[in-house]
Amino acid sequence: MIVIGELINGMYKDVARAVANREADIIQHLALEQVKDGASMLDVNMGPYSKDPVRDMRWLVETIQAVIEVPLSLDSTKADVIEEGLKIARKRAVINSTSADPERMDIIFGLAKRYNAQVIGLTMDKSGVPNSKASRLELAQTIVAKAIECGINTEDLYLDPLLLPLNVAQPQAAEVLESIHEFRLLCNPAPQVVFGLSNLTQGIKSRSLINRTFLTMAVANGLTAVILDPLDKKLMDALITAELLLNKNIYCDSFLDAYRKK
Amino acid sequence: MAIELVKERYNNAINIVEIGSPGVSMIKVGGETALPFLFKEGGMPYAPVTALEILDGEPEDWPDTLRKPFGDAIKDPVRWAKAAVEKFGTKILCVRLQSVHPDYGNRSSEESVSVLKAIAREVKVPLIVIGCGDDDKDNDLLPKASQALKGKNCLFGIAVQENYKTLTATCLADGHSIISESPIDVNIAKQVNILISDMSFDPKRIVMHTTMTALGYGMEYVYSIMERARLAAFMGDKMLSMPFILFVGQETWKVKEAKESGARQGVNWEIATSVSMLQAGADILVVRHPDSAKAVTDYIKDMMKEANK
Repeated sequence: MIVIGELINGMYKDVARAVANREADIIQHLALEQVKDGASMLDVNMGPYSKDPVRDMRWLVETIQAVIEVPLSLDSTKADVIEEGLKIARKRAVINSTSADPERMDIIFGLAKRYNAQVIGLTMDKSGVPNSKASRLELAQTIVAKAIECGINTEDLYLDPLLLPLNVAQPQAAEVLESIHEFRLLCNPAPQVVFGLSNLTQGIKSRSLINRTFLTMAVANGLTAVILDPLDKKLMDALITAELLLNKNIYCDSFLDAYRKK
Repeated sequence: MAIELVKERYNNAINIVEIGSPGVSMIKVGGETALPFLFKEGGMPYAPVTALEILDGEPEDWPDTLRKPFGDAIKDPVRWAKAAVEKFGTKILCVRLQSVHPDYGNRSSEESVSVLKAIAREVKVPLIVIGCGDDDKDNDLLPKASQALKGKNCLFGIAVQENYKTLTATCLADGHSIISESPIDVNIAKQVNILISDMSFDPKRIVMHTTMTALGYGMEYVYSIMERARLAAFMGDKMLSMPFILFVGQETWKVKEAKESGARQGVNWEIATSVSMLQAGADILVVRHPDSAKAVTDYIKDMMKEANK
């Protein structure tokens, strides 16, 4: 499982403040903690309050890479911001993200090709987030076709079926679960399937319980990557256990400890 | 139409373990990146090795077949060790401190360790040192043995799930590598490795003994456990990425048909078992008869020729 740590995000006030005031130690601490607790990749997002996102992206990537070399998920809606990160990323990066809109895909896949990056493709377009498995699948197919046309290897493509908050769109959780399985069958080599887990529980109680329950179900359905809070120990324990039950790792009494020694 | 071979590629290698002192004599084992001898899929940077096994006293229950090649020297562990190294050319020697066992002489740890020290003085090959197999006795014996050979980078055994702390601590203090043992159980094999490494012991200094049986006694099951551990290691499981050691001699010469059916049958039994274990991924084979050691070493040489093609 590819675990992408979500905590370096300008949506969080302390991160936004750290970026604005160039407080490197706060960002570096978050980067190190997430990797220590199991993140194999870190998401980097300036958030909506950044006044100069291009410079902020450069500062964030440099700040993180000063203490740890880990692949980054460069998370922005703006292509120039993503490109600034791609220019200086030392490990192979993931572009987070493109939608299924043709113009957006042209730009993002072009960047991916130029910088040998991987890409997250969101199954949404100008008309918004789909509300059924069928429409998710249709958009996923559009993204896969375009990626192949642009010369992107399909195993470097992460399809995101987009989770919606449970209290807003409850039926969508089951639709997403089924989509994961279908996405994996779209092409060969199979694409990665990823989602941002926290979206499921925006603004609702019992977040941690719901997140980890859903995550284990998604893992069983074929999820290969996930954006989450790796500092949530119970969540990480559930993820490790789910993979164990799928026979991805050999059992031993200290299986949680063993996984973390990897 | 040409047939294209399907080749597996893995992204993790087996650890390389060094035994012995640099400048004097050192053996390296491990480092594989594919299943045994599949050189088109990956490498075996270090050839598997055979080690002759001797005891710290005259063996009470070894058959004549095993005693004969060593002649009178078998009555004196130091001469026995010298014969194993100088006459029979073993590149690594296994000394089992059996005489401390309550059923095999019940000698004091001090007596046994003084024999071990004399052996270490006389032979210049790396040593594998094994306790007597009685937990209480070993917890007194092995720290003394380890201290006596401090800095010589030996391979000490045996640590098991129920008794690993004393040996781990002493190997850590004296700079030795360690053998972790499990009862033909991949889950416990992994667990013992974790327990040992949780004591700040470098996992790259562990050699695994997954336990074995001789030909005819369920060796196929041993093979399947070793294969499962190896494949998991290649897929990235660091707690199973250790080289394997196998005590072939100990198991073979328990077998009635091997012991009592004349000179060659036991030797052949030991060779057949060793060769099968090599195909399962063995890195160190501990055997008792010099003829089997030679035959297995020749077999390894033959197999390794393919590596350079």
